[in-house]
Amino acid sequence: MRFALLRPKSLRSSALKKHTIVALVQDRPGVLSRFVGLIRRRGFNIESLAVGHSETPEISRITLVVESDHVEQVVKQLYRLIEVIKVSDVTDDPTVEREMVLVKIHSTPTTRTDIISLANVFNAKVVDIGTNSMIVEMTGAPGKVENFIDVIRPFGIKEMMRTGRIAMVRGARGHQASEYVEASNGHVAQPLN
Amino acid sequence: MSEQRTGAQIMCEALIREGVEVMFGVPGGAIMPFYYAMWEYRDKLRHVLCRHEQGGGHAAEGYARSTGKIGVCIGTSGPGTTNLVTPLADAMMDSTPLLAITGQVFSHLLGKDAFQETDIVGITMPVTKHNYLVKNVEDLPYVFKEAIHIATTGRPGPVLIDITKDAMIAKTVPNWDVKLHLPGYKPTYTGNRRQIREAAEMLINAKKPLIISGNGVIMSEAAPELREFAEQLSIPVVTTLHGIGSFPEDHPLSIGMPGMHGWVHVNKAIQECDVLFNIGARFDDRVTGKVSTFAPNAKVIHVDIDPSEIGKNVKVQVPIVGDAKQVLQALLEELPSAQELSELHSRMGSWISHIREMQSKHQTRQQYFKRDENVVLPPADVYAALSKTMNERGNYRVVTDVGQHQMWAAQLLDYYRPRTHITSGGAGTMGFAVPAAMGVAIAHPEDTVWAICGDGGFQMTNQEMATIIQEGIKNIKIAVINNGYLGMVRQWQELFENKRYSGTPLSGPNFAKLAEAYYWKGITVERPEDVQAAIDEAYATDGPVLIDFRVEREVNVWPMVPQGASIGDAITDVSEL
Ligand SMILES: Cc1ncc(C[n+]2csc(CCOP(=O)(O)OP(=O)(O)O)c2C)c(N)n1
Ligand SMILES: [Mg+2]
Repeated sequence: MRFALLRPKSLRSSALKKHTIVALVQDRPGVLSRFVGLIRRRGFNIESLAVGHSETPEISRITLVVESDHVEQVVKQLYRLIEVIKVSDVTDDPTVEREMVLVKIHSTPTTRTDIISLANVFNAKVVDIGTNSMIVEMTGAPGKVENFIDVIRPFGIKEMMRTGRIAMVRGARGHQASEYVEASNGHVAQPLN
Repeated sequence: MSEQRTGAQIMCEALIREGVEVMFGVPGGAIMPFYYAMWEYRDKLRHVLCRHEQGGGHAAEGYARSTGKIGVCIGTSGPGTTNLVTPLADAMMDSTPLLAITGQVFSHLLGKDAFQETDIVGITMPVTKHNYLVKNVEDLPYVFKEAIHIATTGRPGPVLIDITKDAMIAKTVPNWDVKLHLPGYKPTYTGNRRQIREAAEMLINAKKPLIISGNGVIMSEAAPELREFAEQLSIPVVTTLHGIGSFPEDHPLSIGMPGMHGWVHVNKAIQECDVLFNIGARFDDRVTGKVSTFAPNAKVIHVDIDPSEIGKNVKVQVPIVGDAKQVLQALLEELPSAQELSELHSRMGSWISHIREMQSKHQTRQQYFKRDENVVLPPADVYAALSKTMNERGNYRVVTDVGQHQMWAAQLLDYYRPRTHITSGGAGTMGFAVPAAMGVAIAHPEDTVWAICGDGGFQMTNQEMATIIQEGIKNIKIAVINNGYLGMVRQWQELFENKRYSGTPLSGPNFAKLAEAYYWKGITVERPEDVQAAIDEAYATDGPVLIDFRVEREVNVWPMVPQGASIGDAITDVSEL
């Protein structure tokens, strides 16, 4: 599964601190709904949310960015969810953070080369060229993605899709799903669907 | 064993394997296969047909709260399941192990607005500890095992299993040899040794320590350990609304209930204490009042099985995540000998007498018995007679609804054993008492179960009186404290809203006649001199009895800490406002 949620900058309340929360969850139907429901209950805004498989089967990793000054209690309450294995607020930890964006940019024969050279500067890839538009793919730290979008905007953005941030703690710290999950044996955890 | 079974048969066998004996429910289209199968198992699995699914849910809660076992309720898809939302929310707030089994439309119809389709899993996510949608018959043994495990372990709570009709009809050879796979669910039962040592040391060296005991002590069957611990250290014990029964109220160390309608001396003791040992209570806002002024002099030790409760409302110096019973046992091991504790005991002597002095100064029950000439039947007279008779006759359990009568039942009746006082605390669900009392009465046929209701809450779920007759339940008596008002709301209007009695004056039927219509015995009491005779008659009757006590209409619950005020600033009379 893969899922992302982003809100336009104009709606963001920038006064609150942004927290990056990383969670390991058992991959079952409804887990995302429960996870998001708990955040919603507190009235927190979700800045972005990315979910995908982890290195261990049946375990997913979630990266969540929320704006709030009181995430500590939420982190604790997330543990009430049966599927939640590990949750950490990694905001102040050394992490690698990445985000990917696909942008369909308005292009004419004259602007095309400008866009390509800008893309090169940002290590972005042109993945499709049409008669009056092109699609560029860019991956980088969230700030860099933001910069790229700002720079490209004057050409005219027709469509844009961002994945939301994913984060991983550097070095030996952090957590492997396998530390928390015993090897599956036979008829455990039938996929419930 | 390797025979084919329908999903519905597997559900019945799964319940029997988990020790379930009684279920409370109402059938309907989507759940019919379960009812079809239930018939075969009726000797082992009793089904109580309720008059409303909410009643079934509360009955299952009463059963669970009074036994510690899981309570099971059943509803059909659509309205049958939405009617269960209130009991689920109630069970969630009060950590009651509850299993709701609901029928769902055929799996091929899911999401197509089929007849009586509601997304009950979506609806109940925030009010259940966990929930499931089962579409495959093969999943049933695993899901039932896991669901009951989750509902009854750690911090207990409600779990819902929604099963599509086709999964109940389909056949398979059930595989019971399933192993739970819950990498994210590993409740901590044993407290951290270091923190337990620290807590013990803090209490031993305290000058004015206090124990607050809550529902957790009752749920983990830790009352004997609590008593031993309190006695060894000679520390006074406060019992929250849900902690009532966890410590005998006639014990010299028992000082009473704290909070909004707690006794003044209890709240003052909390404000004065230097170490506050909270075991199994969650520092609810009805207990703490204004949090920033709560127990200002205290170092707080908080024992809870749910880590997210610790530090949620009140700042904690020593957090202990664990089961109340195990933590108390570990604490007892840490205590020095009685000789070494003698200094503490003498300090406790003066601390306790200080609390008792405050108690006699501020009074507790006595304040209700100051006679006002114009009052015909004060509610306190009813409670005094009930208390006297219950004590004489013994073996009673009290189930209360929500409102003034509930607070009086907590203040004016006596409780000595766990699971003898059952009420809706966290959610404050009016309509809880009658059906919950039914569940308690079924679980404890040897006890007399008193449902104490207001005239408002009684009218929300009283149709279960018919269920009680159909089931032949005899050991249940209802006392309606009939004040012709939604009394608790009226009290707030009187005290804080210039007596604007908007939407609170309340009429009802003739409750005694209503009871008679349900084939109960019904008694009406209007004068103080008839109170005792009515209670005696209720005891003398071999069957359910309702007494309509037509009490003085505008009597208040005292003391009262106004919402948002510090618990040290209770008012004990209108004149203090
Ligand atoms: C289902 C529900 N609806 C509304 C309330 C709000 N409420 C709390 S106490 C109360 C009054 C209860 O009146 P009654 O049952 O007559 O008891 P009394 O306070 O008069 O003893 C009300 C309406 C509630 N707790 N539960
Ligand atoms: Mg009333």
